[in-house]
Amino acid sequence: MNEILEILEDNAKATSAEIAVLLGMSEEEVSRKIRELEESGVIRKYMTMINWDKVGEGYVYAVIELKVSLHRDKGYDTIAERIARFSEVQSVRLISGDHDLSATIRGRSMKNVAFFVTEKIATLEGVESTCTHFVLRSYKEHGVILYGKPKPKRLVITA
Amino acid sequence: MTKGKLSMKELLAWQPETHVSATVRNMPPSGIRKFFDIVMSMEDVISLGVGEPDFVTPWHIREACIYSLEQGQTSYTSNNGLPELREGLSEAVRRDIGLDYDPDEGVLITTGVSEAVDLAFRATLNRGDEVIVPQPCYVAYVPDIILAGGVPRVVATELKEKFKVRPEDIEPAITERTRALLLSYPNNPTGAVMTRQDLEDIADLVVENDLLVISDEVYDKLTYCGKHTSFAQLEGMKERTVLLNGFSKSYAMTGWRIGYALGDPAIVGAMTKVHQYTMLCAPTMAQVAAVEALRRGNSEIESMKREYDRRRRLFVSELERLGLPCFEPDGAFYAFPSIEGTGLSSEEFAERLLMDQKVAVVPGNVFGDCGEGFLRCSYATSREEILEAVDRIELFLDGLRL
Repeated sequence: MNEILEILEDNAKATSAEIAVLLGMSEEEVSRKIRELEESGVIRKYMTMINWDKVGEGYVYAVIELKVSLHRDKGYDTIAERIARFSEVQSVRLISGDHDLSATIRGRSMKNVAFFVTEKIATLEGVESTCTHFVLRSYKEHGVILYGKPKPKRLVITA
Repeated sequence: MTKGKLSMKELLAWQPETHVSATVRNMPPSGIRKFFDIVMSMEDVISLGVGEPDFVTPWHIREACIYSLEQGQTSYTSNNGLPELREGLSEAVRRDIGLDYDPDEGVLITTGVSEAVDLAFRATLNRGDEVIVPQPCYVAYVPDIILAGGVPRVVATELKEKFKVRPEDIEPAITERTRALLLSYPNNPTGAVMTRQDLEDIADLVVENDLLVISDEVYDKLTYCGKHTSFAQLEGMKERTVLLNGFSKSYAMTGWRIGYALGDPAIVGAMTKVHQYTMLCAPTMAQVAAVEALRRGNSEIESMKREYDRRRRLFVSELERLGLPCFEPDGAFYAFPSIEGTGLSSEEFAERLLMDQKVAVVPGNVFGDCGEGFLRCSYATSREEILEAVDRIELFLDGLRL
């Protein structure tokens, strides 16, 4: 089960037939397990990692740290869920340390992101303060190193 | 004494090749060498010929070494190795296979398992002593035995026995000069493993003939059907076994050259004596990296092993599809398909495959005469490359059938 997930996490396009060979299972068995994983919500979505910069459609990213006042009954959930609904928001996390929540915002320009934060996030009831960190360069995303240095070569034949 | 230029006569008199020892002169060069030269002159070769992981050493291990260099840890270590490394190994071996080796007297850190193999022979063989070597096997054992003054007694293992060595294979080779038995399982080049029962079967013979067992278990972490059993784990066999292992294959650390020997203080002590006069100590910075590998490298071992296992299944199922008979290798990262049906010798097949389709494999006869008719294919390469190599092998086979 976990091995199927490990393969799919690395390559969402891996087919049941391919996975079956790799794990020594039958194709039907793999298909059935994947269906179960999808239905039970273990597999949430199949995604593609895209380098938008190369398309000339670069995005601007910012990490926003928020301090919020706690809702008496619902803790952090109410405010976090409210923030999560904005399509500009890519992730929302409850974090330890000086701040309470951390959100990642994606926008078309710095101005666009800045306005979004000041108009939509900072003004939310319960948000006490925000601290915006614009992303200048990304070195690794989703476990993939983004700066390309080729791996040194091995000798082609060794005993 | 001549002054000025040497005369023509004097120049001709100097024949450096006559200064090469007879032992070395008579030693055939590794069969891989010829291939290596051809491959190096070609481009776009897909190689299934590599005897090392395609993973780079995990970063935390490299980083620990870099830090040690920044700190200036560049001196010798004691002859038998860094105390932390010997203690760490002793503890890991106790935890993994339940055997106790004293970190000071029962553990020796060497420059790769290659050195440990050489030391084991040199420290235990008298001139003319015989060592039983089951083949196919790694290319260095036979020359190392000869260099140590011993006599290799090669024993063939067979495909139909899944390349395991059995007592009935060993027994006929035993003479009054037999002193040691070499074991190398999981095996390079066949991928064969010996189960506990298989090992038990030969243990009696070892005792009856008072043999020392030199067991190269460098692929011990890479077994795919159950956990590896060391010969030393059998009852009463720990004292009779020199257990050789290293960091190269399991931690993807081939270039670091760190191996080790575990055994009775009398034998490990003798090996240490040779080591101290030849190597002095294994490279310090690599030993520091090995300490880090032992402490925090286990999750990487597991994830690399899972990936090898997938490639193994992929490759073996593709070989089946191509109609090249291959028993399912349970260890290491090699498959050893038979090419007898093609009518070509191992070398012809490998050479023509390389020329026609630019796929490098190693002819099986390089690992002993009984490897003739087979190829060693390493699946320690990316799945994409494996599939591309298989496609090219298929084209090659189609060409042969025309």
